[in-house]
Amino acid sequence: MLLNGIRNAAIVHRWDHSETEQAMSLSLRDSMHLVCDPENLEASVQEVFQTMLGVQCQRVVGPAAVRPKAEEETVTAVVGFGGLLSGACLFSCNGSAAMKVASLMTGTEFDTIDDTVKDGIGEICNMLAGGWKSKVPDLAANCGLSVPAVISGRDYNLHVQAPEFQLRHAYRFDGAGFEVTIVCDGLQ
Amino acid sequence: MSEIRALIVDDSSVMRKIVERALRQAGLTTMLVFEAGSGTEAIEVLKTMQVDLILSDINMPLMDGLEFVRQIRAQNLAPGVPVVMITTESSEEHVKQAIEAGARGYIRKPFTAEQVKERVLPLLNAA
Repeated sequence: MLLNGIRNAAIVHRWDHSETEQAMSLSLRDSMHLVCDPENLEASVQEVFQTMLGVQCQRVVGPAAVRPKAEEETVTAVVGFGGLLSGACLFSCNGSAAMKVASLMTGTEFDTIDDTVKDGIGEICNMLAGGWKSKVPDLAANCGLSVPAVISGRDYNLHVQAPEFQLRHAYRFDGAGFEVTIVCDGLQ
Repeated sequence: MSEIRALIVDDSSVMRKIVERALRQAGLTTMLVFEAGSGTEAIEVLKTMQVDLILSDINMPLMDGLEFVRQIRAQNLAPGVPVVMITTESSEEHVKQAIEAGARGYIRKPFTAEQVKERVLPLLNAA
């Protein structure tokens, strides 16, 4: 998985050197309970989908329930975190869910996964990542986001080596499903 | 309100359309919109076009939104034109940096049309 490049991009997008120095003296270890709190991801998902798409999502227990089948076209957006926390936010869904998300965002119907659909999925992932980190004040101020990268295709796997922690939630809305994953591979 | 000319700067074309829709829902129905996908592109637009309002993302490739605002203030492009940052970043530090760079307002993504109305229209009325 191309997380390292995305994470490096997130570090470049951090603000200035004085903030970097300040970040070095901070630690998220004392607020791990906040960082790992699944309610933060839940709140971010509901906020983004209700505000930008006007829909309520239902949490699904067991991500396999919404995971695309191998033969289905799948769209995955990745936004990297850099700074006090390094890792990424991933948003993944099948093609029809991606087109439904883009349609609700733009008011336009889509019948193929074109650049606009990918752009919309990238922005959803960007807002989910920003919303999630904003729930923890130290993270909000000292963790940068990369611009989104979007992958589409069939029968691929995303592999992350031994993350420090991972949050994975699955949701349904209007008959479509998606998965959101926060992967942390380094924490100061 | 008379027709205004707005420049929307975001690397996402979908987000540019959403911002435009929110502005129209806020009452700017006869607005003329210019779009740019980065700070670099936006500076080129401002060299040839006069605008009344600028809305800009922060995290963008080539030139981010903070540097874009610093550049237009330094080059005296669009003097007196209010710039509103629209971004996923929302900490007090980020808001402070945007204001120091020369922005007049700040809207966090995700946003509603009502929030856009509350933050943008007073700036246009004051200009």
